[in-house]
Amino acid sequence: MIQAFAFYLFAALVLASGAFTILARNPVHSVLWLILAFFNAAGLMVIVGAEFIAMLLVIVYVGAVAVLFLFVVMMLDIDFAELRSGLVRYFPLGLAIAVVLAAELVLGVGAYRAGALELGTPAAETAPLVGEANIVSIGALLYGRYLFLFESAGIILLVAMIGAIVLTQREARADAGRSQQNISRQVSRRPEEATVNTRPEVGQGVQL
Amino acid sequence: MIGIEHYIVVSSILFVLGVLGIFLNRKNVIVILMAIELILLSVNINFVAFSAFLNDLVGQVFAMLVLTVAAGEAAIGLAILVIYYRSRGTIAVDDANRMKG
Repeated sequence: MIQAFAFYLFAALVLASGAFTILARNPVHSVLWLILAFFNAAGLMVIVGAEFIAMLLVIVYVGAVAVLFLFVVMMLDIDFAELRSGLVRYFPLGLAIAVVLAAELVLGVGAYRAGALELGTPAAETAPLVGEANIVSIGALLYGRYLFLFESAGIILLVAMIGAIVLTQREARADAGRSQQNISRQVSRRPEEATVNTRPEVGQGVQL
Repeated sequence: MIGIEHYIVVSSILFVLGVLGIFLNRKNVIVILMAIELILLSVNINFVAFSAFLNDLVGQVFAMLVLTVAAGEAAIGLAILVIYYRSRGTIAVDDANRMKG
């Protein structure tokens, strides 16, 4: 009972905030509606017992992605009213495509007269561990069977990070007074020229 | 009782809303990126729901990978947006024809 109530509450809120995200007049409001949608989707996931993904959704999406959107929206000085000028013109086409897509989804899922949805049998080795928390089971799977995928996800994030930095970096000016990194000098540095051994007299101190 | 069908309906509607958002805000790249995030969110809801109702954790592992790709895509997309704005002074995509494609 309480589960059904929570589901309908979260589902209604996630759909409403999704609709407001794409319809809001001001992009800052769009981002805030998007954050609400993420929170409610996390609630939907908690209901079915996937706490780890739900918390990850809150941390990654709300804490990183949505704040990044907010920064960019506020940083760029854009006339958003001008950007919305074509909305009325695009609305019929967009709605038509959306309706066609929705009908296809309904047909695909409902598959006329196919009866109720039947789920297949899961692989035994990827079932949740009995008596363990959700995160323990996911950790056992992620650091064992799917270690390679986990590492590739890390590589993807690294490449995205380097790409974003390289893309947005302005041309480094030599006269800006910043200390520049001299990579060849760093690489060619040897221990002999970087460190010295001294034997100072007692009470004399070291001459550098 | 809440079944898998309820989750499929919610994620389908969210998916269609995201596609509609791409078409409605055709000039505004920021809102298009947000609509793509909505689409990925609906996919994630679907993955997690199937994972829970099938009693199989692979869906949740895959949802995590989708999350990774979504985060990377948002970072790269917004970086491209910032340099585009820096060189053109606007982010209207319908006059993005510099590469004559």
